[in-house]
Amino acid sequence: MSNTLFDKVWDSHVVRKIEGGPDVFFIDRHFIHEVTSPVAFLGLKTRGLKVLYPERTFATADHNTPTINQHLPVEDSLSANQLKALEDNSNEYGISHWGLGHQKNGIVHVVGPENGITFPGATIVCGDSHTSTHGAFGAIAFGIGTSEVEMVLSTQCIMQPKPKKMRININGTLGKAVTPKDVALFIISKLTTSGATGYFVEYAGDVFENMTMEGRMTVCNLSIEMGARGGMIAPDETTFAYLKGKPLSLKGDKWDEAVANWKTLKTDEGATFDKELTFNASDIEPMITYGTNPGMGMGISKHIPNAEAVEGGVATYKKSLEYMGYGENDSMIGKKVDYVFLGSCTNGRIEDFRAFASIIKGKKKADNITAWLVPGSHEVEALIKEEGILDIITEAGFVLRQPGCSACLAMNDDKVPAGKYAVSTSNRNFEGRQGPGSRTLLASPLVAAAAAVTGVVTDPRELL
Amino acid sequence: MAYDKFNILTSTAVPLPLENVDTDQIIPARFLKATERKGFGDNLFRDWRYNGDNSPKESFVLNNPIYSGKILVGGKNFGSGSSREHAAWAVYDYGFRCVVSSFFADIFRNNCLNVGVLPVQVSPEFAEQIFEEIYKDPNTEIEVNLSEQTITIKSTGVQESFEINSYKKENMLNGFDDIDYLQNIKGDIETFANGLLM
Ligand code: SF4
Repeated sequence: MSNTLFDKVWDSHVVRKIEGGPDVFFIDRHFIHEVTSPVAFLGLKTRGLKVLYPERTFATADHNTPTINQHLPVEDSLSANQLKALEDNSNEYGISHWGLGHQKNGIVHVVGPENGITFPGATIVCGDSHTSTHGAFGAIAFGIGTSEVEMVLSTQCIMQPKPKKMRININGTLGKAVTPKDVALFIISKLTTSGATGYFVEYAGDVFENMTMEGRMTVCNLSIEMGARGGMIAPDETTFAYLKGKPLSLKGDKWDEAVANWKTLKTDEGATFDKELTFNASDIEPMITYGTNPGMGMGISKHIPNAEAVEGGVATYKKSLEYMGYGENDSMIGKKVDYVFLGSCTNGRIEDFRAFASIIKGKKKADNITAWLVPGSHEVEALIKEEGILDIITEAGFVLRQPGCSACLAMNDDKVPAGKYAVSTSNRNFEGRQGPGSRTLLASPLVAAAAAVTGVVTDPRELL
Repeated sequence: MAYDKFNILTSTAVPLPLENVDTDQIIPARFLKATERKGFGDNLFRDWRYNGDNSPKESFVLNNPIYSGKILVGGKNFGSGSSREHAAWAVYDYGFRCVVSSFFADIFRNNCLNVGVLPVQVSPEFAEQIFEEIYKDPNTEIEVNLSEQTITIKSTGVQESFEINSYKKENMLNGFDDIDYLQNIKGDIETFANGLLM
């Protein structure tokens, strides 16, 4: 029988099927962080349960950590409490913990792959919806709620109905300054934020085959923004080369055996999907969002659509534009920008910093811009220094911060003030996401860099 | 976390006919700093409900005394965004036991079921009718019958049935959760894990 990549991984992890109900689904790797785990541990304690396989869970602090002066005690007492709870719980249950200041600390979806915890064919969950990132390796990875975190800790399983399957094909060559982020924002703008709800997506075609692992992670990361539970890409030589020799990757014969196994992880000829979509690479421009959900995006040279031209409620659409302070038909080019945020699990990897540097090199930060450049992990930070990117950044008048989620969800002090505009490489432009009243324009690191040096929304193709 | 059993709920409802209500609106990230599951209801829809100085925004429906009840009726694509279960906790803690919408985001729906809030997906037409009736008469009662899987607008008698998988339904009728189930099949899980390579 012909199977999809998704079927192969899913079916091999079903412990039991429940008639008329969900599957009991085994989880290979579980990531936890300080925000969504404390109540789960409290649940374990209340019920008197143990952690069944502590070696399958990995803790890192990232969501509310400061991105400067990480060596000092955390000032916000609530955040400090959560960090302490993560550390105490990890110690008590024998879970490896990469807390603030640890050399391997960083954003959960950056440090997982970087250390070889993520692997092809794995099932991976975390109490964070962008867990879909790990799908870049041919894993089934998705976000879960705190009750499910408790389930995984106590039984290494969750109860999940098998989602439907969708394949998105994109072939052809991407244009100048079109990055994986643009590919993802393009797809979301076509599907809307609910277009893939109920589905698990496989990305196929040469656009994805030609991407680096960093690029694939950016694409899979954003799967959730079109409503999908997750997205995945079949593992190939690029995947194996990335993982080989990572600290927790298999070694020697075991590695060879695993690779032979992983090579079978692809969709068979003739396998069917519940839905299949195809786009052309040449139709994709550098993208930018203008509204309050990630589906409200367009090519940077286009004009904001009329309310009548968009699907769905006119009132909701108008409310969104009003919040942003934009009008129908406006061009985004030249719009004022106050903040630039480079970072997050979407675009906080070394490749993103290279892209950013390629634009700002030899230029100066615009005076009206406050910029937060936040690496996804200490490892990314080290590479930035090693590759000379730090010098480029410093010469252009920018400062490099310390790793964490930062302004992606603004739980720490990195908050965009009310009414201000931020070009952000993160993943959500919801009302207030980057601070109460903040206005977010999602874009690629290139578009962010172009805004950072010009002070307004600028087409990066003009600066390359 | 155990929750109240759910069978038949008859209540007035609160209308929120906006689309794409995301979890950052349901509970903004800055309220996720608790290490206990307490008090989230106070911050439900915080930034729509209160001004910066914590004075209530008169225009927001939760501040309008005309509307109340245990049922929240939302617009399409309710609960999109993050996986934070805090959003479902906030809905529950505020006093809602049921959310009605013509379309739910996946994770939010799942989280609701895990914490004792029943997500009822209805047709867009039915959702429209509910809104109309509530706006006509805020005392309009809605009946949600879980065993029968029906939702009824009491004043007009108009009814629709809704889907829920039988496993989740049993759980909600009995106030059980998934952890209770999984604990009972631990032996199977261990056997499965022993057969894995990694
Ligand atoms: S960077 Fe943002 S999306 Fe990614 S893990 Fe952190 S908070 Fe979640």
